[in-house]
Amino acid sequence: MADNGDEEYRIKEGDYVVLKRGDIYKAVQIQTRKKVIFEKQWFFLDNAVGHLYSTTFEIVSGGTLQPQARKSTDSSSDAKEAGTDNRNILDDGKSQKLTRDDIETLKEQGLKGQEIIQQLIDNSSTFRDKTEYAQDKYIKKKKKKYENTVTILKPSCRILAMMYHGREPGKICHLRYDTLSQMLTLANIHAGSKVLVFETCAGLVLGSVMDRMGGYGSVIQMYPGGGPVRAGVESFGFPAHFHNMLHDFPICHVNALLAGTLDTTAKDISSSDSKQSDVAAEEEQTQPEAKQQDSPEEQSMETNTGTDDGQDQEKEEKERRKEAKAQEKKVKLEEKRKKLAAAAALLEGRNADGLVIASRFHPCPVLMSLLKFLSPSRPFVVYSQYKEPLIECYTKLREQGGTVNLRLTDTWLRHYQVLPNRTHPVLLMSGGGGYLLSGTTIATDRSKPPGPQRVEEPAPKRPKLTDAVV
Amino acid sequence: MSFVEYSDFIQDGDVAIVYLSHDNMMPVKVQQGAQTQTRYGVIRHSTDLIGKRYGSKVTCSKGGWVHVLHPTPELWTVTLPHRTQILYTTDIATITMMLDLKPGSVVCESGTGSGSLSHAILRTIAPTGHLHTVEFHQKRAEAVAEEFKEHRVDHLVTVRNQDVCKDGFGVAGVADAVFLDIPSPWEAVRHAKTAMKKHGGRVCSFSPCIEQVQKTCEALADHGFEEINTLEILLRVHDVRTVSLPLPDFGSDAPSEKQPDSSEKLPAPKHTAATIKTTTPPREIPGHTGYLTFATKPRT
Repeated sequence: MADNGDEEYRIKEGDYVVLKRGDIYKAVQIQTRKKVIFEKQWFFLDNAVGHLYSTTFEIVSGGTLQPQARKSTDSSSDAKEAGTDNRNILDDGKSQKLTRDDIETLKEQGLKGQEIIQQLIDNSSTFRDKTEYAQDKYIKKKKKKYENTVTILKPSCRILAMMYHGREPGKICHLRYDTLSQMLTLANIHAGSKVLVFETCAGLVLGSVMDRMGGYGSVIQMYPGGGPVRAGVESFGFPAHFHNMLHDFPICHVNALLAGTLDTTAKDISSSDSKQSDVAAEEEQTQPEAKQQDSPEEQSMETNTGTDDGQDQEKEEKERRKEAKAQEKKVKLEEKRKKLAAAAALLEGRNADGLVIASRFHPCPVLMSLLKFLSPSRPFVVYSQYKEPLIECYTKLREQGGTVNLRLTDTWLRHYQVLPNRTHPVLLMSGGGGYLLSGTTIATDRSKPPGPQRVEEPAPKRPKLTDAVV
Repeated sequence: MSFVEYSDFIQDGDVAIVYLSHDNMMPVKVQQGAQTQTRYGVIRHSTDLIGKRYGSKVTCSKGGWVHVLHPTPELWTVTLPHRTQILYTTDIATITMMLDLKPGSVVCESGTGSGSLSHAILRTIAPTGHLHTVEFHQKRAEAVAEEFKEHRVDHLVTVRNQDVCKDGFGVAGVADAVFLDIPSPWEAVRHAKTAMKKHGGRVCSFSPCIEQVQKTCEALADHGFEEINTLEILLRVHDVRTVSLPLPDFGSDAPSEKQPDSSEKLPAPKHTAATIKTTTPPREIPGHTGYLTFATKPRT
């Protein structure tokens, strides 16, 4: 306990942690007296505070956690008695002498998982006839069911990617963890670079990029709709200074920025943000009124009177409260404006070092417009759950030029069970982890229209039939 | 230029990647006055490269042109001089994530081989991490150390010429992650454990044969490693193609008035075809590289 330099490895209140049991993960924050539900069990994390990360806890009555003693090397059935095959084993449902109720009683008596399993074994008429391997499997299965332990882990990109993929794949566009790993590598994400991220994966992709940059450099989240969605970034539990490298820019202002008509001094620039509701973030954004105003001051006056007129019938009292709120909003808007201006300044140089896209939007228009912000000779990678939109991206890029090294890929991932004499692939495997299009930008000759490049795709063969006839 | 930091312009002493086509690239040491031969002609470093922007198109002496790219570990992996079998990007990406690598990580690696994985590790752990890489072949150790210098990452790496199975990594209690790509990884497991931090970390072993995996997993379990997990990952490339699928002629549904006579002129058959954009798999792909076994070293 008196170990020095251990502080960073101890669980503290307010920490974002990941709960683990078997292959199941859940990200939570350590809060006192907060009930956490994990795998149909509820408990409190209070007792975990002060313990080291990766400690395994037993959930005891009242939902409190008790650190588990270092496990005494799997002391399963000591009486090593096993059958040779399953010729005498009948699936008649009578082999287990304990009933559901008996087991419940045992649980109520406060028996631990290990003890219940021993009871199950003792009361199984067929256990001793099972082969050694089958016995192992039986114990493993029962352990999963009756052991109520939970391990508290420090979050990492690997753990969170596996967690999201296992729990809520829909939230991350079914991006498999190995596909995410490919993206981070193909985009050459590293400390000190300037990276653009466009994602609708709950912040997992953004967080992973930030993790790989270690707080050095800048990440600009290009977001659709009313505001950036990045709940997943919280789960990484980054130190505060990491957030200094994070900027965001609404995708709805990209056209204006590219055209040089974005006026970040305009007061109403983020009016759309102020109106946002939670749902707004999920909604498609219509092109806002980002047109150039002669005087931004006037514009804000206009909008104010505009709303006043609309509220004429309302009570005056309400009006005043509204004004106070508006004032507050104004300050917030000013802050937002400054942030937007900062993000715009980062983008304006069009010298970003990397681009990562992973969203449920059609990737083609996103890629085409965001590529313009990259320096030449920089990598980009686009994820899509579907292959077809990436084919479209590929085709467009080939026509347009400005990129090399284009590759449309996916990965095939298989896990193995490795046991003495029982090594084989795990029976179930993921059917697909989504597709990636990756490439590298090159300098474009702006004076000349991009002529057809050396064609890497062979010309389509004419069907033989036509050849014969004509 | 450095493998851990981008620059915009090509300078004397840089290593640049000359891109001829997606399956034809080569690394070039940029030197004032030097020349490089390509299939499109000569590239003169002083005039064609130095001072140019990375990503520029360079016209060679025979009129053909190439692009000059900023080096990255991924481009290096496909262009580096092979002194051994190397790890490719698909495996490297998985290893990087599964070992929890990030800026500041301290990593031990053996063998260094041709340095394909080493460069990718260095990119990820810079600017505050360190790589201790062990290679038992002296010439290879020297060659890779020279490359690290040329790529301006030598401040992040220590190359040791020793046998990891006998002598370990030369460090103790410092590593967040250990990577093994050696013929008998089970013999190095105890050294991996020694090299790792007291509070724990991650380990990975790459082996082409399942028997190696079997022994390694046993050794890992014996040494108290947890969450032992073996997997295999393959890259599938989809080549985008435009294909034309002919549509057969089913003839007219109007009643035929007379027997078709071969001597009479037939109505011009309509040979139509549907053109689609699709992808085709390459005829052959690498179907096996190696098994990746990962494990967690608990606190000791």
